Parts: sequence; C-alpha cells; structure tokens
Amino acid sequence: MGIENGAKGNTVILAFAEQRDGKLKKNAFEVARAARTYADQLGGICFCLVIGHNVKEAAEQLGGYGIEKVVVIDDPALAAYSTTAYAKVVAEIAQQRGATVLFLPASAMGKDLAPRLAAKLDAGLASDCTALRIDGRELIATRPVYAGKALVDVKITSEVKIFTLRPNVFTAGKNSGARATVETASVKLTDSDFAARVVDVKVATGRPDVTEADIVVSGGRGMKGPEHFHLIEELADLLGGAVGASRAAVDAGWRPHDEQVGQTGKTVSPSLYIACGISGAIQHLAGMSSSKVIVAINKDKDAPIFQVADYGIVGDVFDVLPALTKEIKKFLGKE
Amino acid sequence: MNIVVCINHVPDTETKVKIGPDGKTIDRTGVNYILNPYDEFAIEESLRLKEKFGGQVIAISLGSDAHKETLRKAYAMGVDKAILIKDDSIRDSFGVARALADVIKELNPDIVFFGKQSIDYDDAQVNGIVAEMLGLPSASVVVKLEIEDGVARVDREIEGGHEIVEVKLPAVFSAQKGLNEPRYPSLKGIMQAKNKPIEERTPSPVTPKVEVLSMRKPPAKGAGKIIGTDSSAVPELVRLLHEEAKVI
Repeated sequence: MGIENGAKGNTVILAFAEQRDGKLKKNAFEVARAARTYADQLGGICFCLVIGHNVKEAAEQLGGYGIEKVVVIDDPALAAYSTTAYAKVVAEIAQQRGATVLFLPASAMGKDLAPRLAAKLDAGLASDCTALRIDGRELIATRPVYAGKALVDVKITSEVKIFTLRPNVFTAGKNSGARATVETASVKLTDSDFAARVVDVKVATGRPDVTEADIVVSGGRGMKGPEHFHLIEELADLLGGAVGASRAAVDAGWRPHDEQVGQTGKTVSPSLYIACGISGAIQHLAGMSSSKVIVAINKDKDAPIFQVADYGIVGDVFDVLPALTKEIKKFLGKE
Repeated sequence: MNIVVCINHVPDTETKVKIGPDGKTIDRTGVNYILNPYDEFAIEESLRLKEKFGGQVIAISLGSDAHKETLRKAYAMGVDKAILIKDDSIRDSFGVARALADVIKELNPDIVFFGKQSIDYDDAQVNGIVAEMLGLPSASVVVKLEIEDGVARVDREIEGGHEIVEVKLPAVFSAQKGLNEPRYPSLKGIMQAKNKPIEERTPSPVTPKVEVLSMRKPPAKGAGKIIGTDSSAVPELVRLLHEEAKVI
C-alpha cells in the first residue's frame, strides 16, 4: 500500500530528488521544499522519489525540508543514470501513487528526464520555472523565454502537470534536521529499459558548475588571454564559487564551453555574479541578468554591463581583481 | 544511415524583445529570423555521419512558409531532402513533438537529431518527447558522438563535467555547442538550394497542454552605483557586498 493517494481530486505532488554518487544534490532539497509549500497551499499531499543505489539513508535527509515520506527505488542497476530506465521508474511510481503534479529540478538530469515523462504521462511540461504561484486552484508557473529577455506565465491544462524548477531559485530553506520515513519500492526493469545508460562520468575541475554555484566569478575579452584567468580562478576558489566566461573568451579558446554564460551558453541565477572584463553584450546579459547581485569591473564606463550591475568599478581589471581577492581574503580571515 | 534532423526558424540573438499587442507573444516587427543556432550543430553532425556511414540526411521543420528559408539553409549545407510540416497555429512543445513524430515515424530513421533547445521558447523538450513517442532511447546536450556497431557513445554535458552515455541505435540526440564546427554553406550550395523541392505535410490539430497566459518584460534592474575607478574602491565594494547586499 502506498503512502499517498488522497481523495479523488486531491493534489498529489511527486518531487524527484536528484542524487549523484549516493549524495542528494542541493536541487533535491529545493524541489522538496517547493513540493511541501505548494502541496500545503493546494490542500494536497506530497512525497519525494529517489532512484539510485545505497541511497536510503541520504533520502531520509529530505525530512529536514518538509518531506514526511520518500519512496526509494534502490537497485545497483540504477546506481548510474539511465534516461530510459529512470523515466520508466518515475512514470510508474507517479501513476501508481496518483501523482497529479511532478516537480523535477531543471538540472541536466531533470531536463533530460522530464520530457520523456511528459510523453509517458500525457502531461504538459513547464520547463525551467523561476517562480510558481497559486491562482484559485491552479499552479501558475513563470518561466523565462528568449534567453530571459521576456517572462511568460503559463498554466498546464492536462490532468497531470510537470514542472522543472530552475536550480538556485527556489530556496530550500533551513534544514530542520528531521528525518523522513523511507518506503522502498521496486519497478520491474528489463535490458531494453537500459538502451541509454551512463557508463562513466568525467569531472571537469571539481569546482561547482556555474548553474549551481551561489557565487560566479566570470571573465571576458578584457582578461586579454587565457594566461590571466588564474586571477578569476583564485577569486572563485576563495569564495567557493564557479568560474564563468563570456562567449568571446570561449570562442577564443581561452576557456571551455561549459563555463560560457549567455544566450548560447548557460543561464545562471547566483546570489553574486562578478563580471570582469566583460562588456555586457545583450546575449551575455541574457544569461546572467537574473543574478541577485551583479558586480562589474571594466575600464569602459559605457560598457552595457554597468546598466545591470548593482556595483561597478570603472577600472583596470588587472589592478582591481587582485586587490579584490586580497581584500576578500582579509575579510574572510584567510590572509 | 537514415538521419533526420529537426530544425527551427527563430528570432536572432540580437533581437530586442518587445511584447506584442496580444500580450502573450513577441512583437515580430523588424525581427530578423535565423536557423536556430543549436540546430546548426545538429545539421553538421548529421552530415558528418552521412559522410562516414553513407545514407541520407532529411531536414524537417514545423511552421509557416517562412520556415522554408531555414530549410534552404539546411539544403545549402548539404542535406538531401527537406520537409515542411506546414502549420500556422501556435503549438506547445507537446504539439510540435506530436507533429514531428508523426512524420518521422514513416521515415524509419537510424538517428534523429535536434539542437538542444530553440532559443525562442527555450523549452528543450521536443527532442525528449519525440524520442518517447517513437519509443527510442535518447541522449540530450551532446558534445561528442561516436558510433560503432549500432551503438552510439556520447559525451553529454552535466554540471561540473560530462557523462559518457551508451545509446543503442536507432536513437534521438540533441546537440550542444562544442559538438562540432558547422560548415559554412558553399556559394554553389546556396544557389542550388533555391531550386530544391520542399515537400509539404499537414499536421493533425492538437489541443495544447501548456497555455501562455501572459508575457512581460523582466523587471528592469535599477541603476547601480559606480563605486570608484581603481583598486582603492575595493574595500568599499567588499563592505557593501557584506553589509548592504549581504552576499558575502
């Protein structure tokens, strides 16, 4: 017997809690908290779903974010991600438990999984939502379009509704330390369910990804070459943040594409974005203007980046950036 | 190898977006349309696979007659056949996927390629929905692709690195920047493309599952402060970040 199945017409929110290597991602706590929040507002119920191997103990942590019960599919075959197997598992659990709403993170995994679920569950999918609100009994989602140059409010008219939530936007809130109850379940899987499966993972630098970090230090053409990016890296590492780059820096071969922020790169929403030697082309702004606080360092006072920066220094990045690193080291007591 | 590549016709990245009179879509006046940038990587990879394994590349686009421009660009790059699924209605991603899947199914492809997302709606859904509708495995955000003995080994971008994924063909992929360097169409290709046939299909109507209620501009960022012109402003910056912005 399952843990939910409220009265017919009840909202049942299934929140997919992403794990990698047996550890829950930060976005898992964010979707969990969102599920709790909106289940409460809609007078419904929610639960989390974790898929992996040796993940039961980690799954209990979701209790600290408002989740009472977690369904866990624990299977060595599912230790690594598989688009087809995970989609089958999520869809089956969603159907079994009468989930009317699914929340997934708009992470690499969530964005890969959600569309397949949409087809399996005949569900509308609102991708990369940056806000949710209730209107009557409807969940209305806000999502950026045209690389964030516009926002649309959407509603989903199908019976089952799927939302992927942009990481770093919906706050997980404080961990109360409570432990959730885990219910183990299983879904029958055959070889053909693993027609797409991850066989290896290559870690790039060990730094957080630009889409996940609270702080991003980013460099552009004004850094004048790959040999100067260590200044960016030093500040990023000091702050525990990610390194970002403009398209100019990536196209010049100075930085790898996965650091590119912008319309044809990644869209980021960190608490702090420090743009160094970046002029602020419209396509770059599209990728970072939803950052909560923006600092710009550029020697051109007319650079468009200053139109979105909360704080700016119109100066030489080679003078200012090392000084900033030094000052922050002092501030953090790390001299 | 039968390769199908799905392409879109979208406002270029320079577009300054204005909300249209219906309050739900952009104002199209003066907007320049281009081949969706991510689709270029998909076309290029399809052409390379054809060059390596033989076969044909079929480009498909769903939309109004204006999409023919984009299909001709695909012809100019070297695709063998082009199909326009003619539809003037506004479809959500599910509706687009349904129309595409209905046509692709008959083509019996070994590989279906998409760009990772269209830069207008940024949904990044159509490739996954089509894959599921066709009952095919898939991998999205692909930056490297190798095929051997009916299995594709792809690198896909994830946070902080890459996943290496094995995918049995036939399969659906979406291309990420970095997968390849798209070729420039030759002048000969561009000239010949003007006269190539574009097959037209009519899709079945669908009821949208995702409805746009309204569109608006994001809140304008208020003017910030210029704190100084050299490193002497740094202590003040750090103080503001800590005390005012509270981000460190």
